[in-house]
Amino acid sequence: MTGFDTVVHLVFLGCAVCFVIGLHLMNAPASARRGNRISAAGMTVAVITTAVVLLHDGHITRGAVIALTVGGLAGAAAGVIAARRVLMTAMPQLVSLFNAVGGGAAALIALGDHTASTQAAVTGVLDVAIGGVTFTGSLVAAGKLAGRISGAPVTVRFGRPAMAVLALIAIGLGIWYVAGADLALTGVAVAALAVGVLLTLPIGGADMPVVISLLNAFTGTAVAMAGFVVGSTPLIIAGGLVGAAGAILTKLMADAMNRPVSAIIAGGYGTGDAVAVTAGSAAAGVREISADDAAIQLAYAGKVVIVPGYGLAAAQAQHEAVALAEALTDRGVEVSYAIHPVAGRMPGHMNVLLAEANAPYPQLRDLEESNPEFARTDVVLVIGANDVTNPAARRPGNPVSGMPILDVDKARSVIVLKRSLGHGYAGIDNELYTDPRTAMLFADAKAGLAALLTGLHAYAN
Amino acid sequence: MNPLLMADLTVLTLSLLVGFEVISKVPATLHTPLMSGANAIHGVVIVGVMLLAATVTGVGGYLLLAVAAFGAGMNVAGGYLVTDRMLAMFRVRR
Repeated sequence: MTGFDTVVHLVFLGCAVCFVIGLHLMNAPASARRGNRISAAGMTVAVITTAVVLLHDGHITRGAVIALTVGGLAGAAAGVIAARRVLMTAMPQLVSLFNAVGGGAAALIALGDHTASTQAAVTGVLDVAIGGVTFTGSLVAAGKLAGRISGAPVTVRFGRPAMAVLALIAIGLGIWYVAGADLALTGVAVAALAVGVLLTLPIGGADMPVVISLLNAFTGTAVAMAGFVVGSTPLIIAGGLVGAAGAILTKLMADAMNRPVSAIIAGGYGTGDAVAVTAGSAAAGVREISADDAAIQLAYAGKVVIVPGYGLAAAQAQHEAVALAEALTDRGVEVSYAIHPVAGRMPGHMNVLLAEANAPYPQLRDLEESNPEFARTDVVLVIGANDVTNPAARRPGNPVSGMPILDVDKARSVIVLKRSLGHGYAGIDNELYTDPRTAMLFADAKAGLAALLTGLHAYAN
Repeated sequence: MNPLLMADLTVLTLSLLVGFEVISKVPATLHTPLMSGANAIHGVVIVGVMLLAATVTGVGGYLLLAVAAFGAGMNVAGGYLVTDRMLAMFRVRR
């Protein structure tokens, strides 16, 4: 090993350390931003070092330099513009899009590398297969979150058997490729792209966060495989790291929804968006309240807890919610937000949305902090949240059984701001809505909150 | 099986174990930024694409390389920036 090689090796090792430390620092809100920057610094050094290695070796052709520079810079520019412009509510689909192109790039590495040894051929097949699935799968997931593709589970006839057949074809072609047929790898890619679509289409919109997290882990694995193909340790380390981290995160998210990952992948369950059925079976015994009455009730409460849910994220009503909370705080009302682990479109998404709207961080409480508080709360304002407040979860024998819920029904009174009595993603009636202490305010989250704020100014001065 | 491949397999296995350990205790608040941060880290695929550049030839090869570079560049640059934007919002106000 020459001196140059040794230095390059050590620098890459340093970059890998940056990725691990960076990811570790992202475990706590106070150090998370620093963690991401350390990770980014490691990445910058890795890219510069690779450029130096390429120039030092001098094997690279002029055409390749042009293709690499133009493609890379155009991609980076597109990524920067998208990341700068994206609304925080649209962020999950952007992460999914970035995941798609990363997985696609990993698959292309194996497709483009014809110098690989037989041993690397096995990892090449895995790279193309996993990368291909994650490319189309993430694009479909992004489309569903953005509303370009129906959020409802799309049932493809014979979808699951077709997927199994395609997977078998991919395995067969993969073996053929390892045996020496170069063209077979393209066949693996085509089969993998089809599997990605078939995998994601039948899954409901509310499950997309779990799917994106899973596909994120897939991309990590594909990148690690690409590392074997081109013989690059940083790719293997970072890919393995993300593969494992993504898998853990996927399990944490699925656990918070009390659903096994396998059931989510099986698909066909729930829609994510509340279906507008105004006259549901629960319509009897529901008490409706006007925005003005609700505003007065809030204004004269001592302690108010706001429970934001999917409806708030979908209506992009975070600024209105924070404005209402501020107006109440100014009147001397004690206000806090109770955030369920899976509220919003992604776990933790609600915190990001409320932070964007400048909600004071100390007012954001998680499930464990919030539940003991409800007993001494005067009014709970539930905004577009459903299943995470359903007391039925405490009883066995229904779809939400055992799911951790916010004990909203322990409060003295509850106001539910929601478009309709439609079902949440579990597809069952919410017993909270028929509780005598609950009043329903039927409105879109954004319009409803604006009406509450108007009412507050008009009647409670 | 050659020693180089053995070493790579060892590295992969240990990286997977580190990944499991590093993530296991994260508050739900940070799940989305963490997923985004992990997404940015697999943007290291750009290094793989750069190494691929040393082996490709011909118009087809260059075209494939440019597309791969586009995807990897977008993943790495956009991934880190959007994560930073998310995390910038987690500030404590008095």
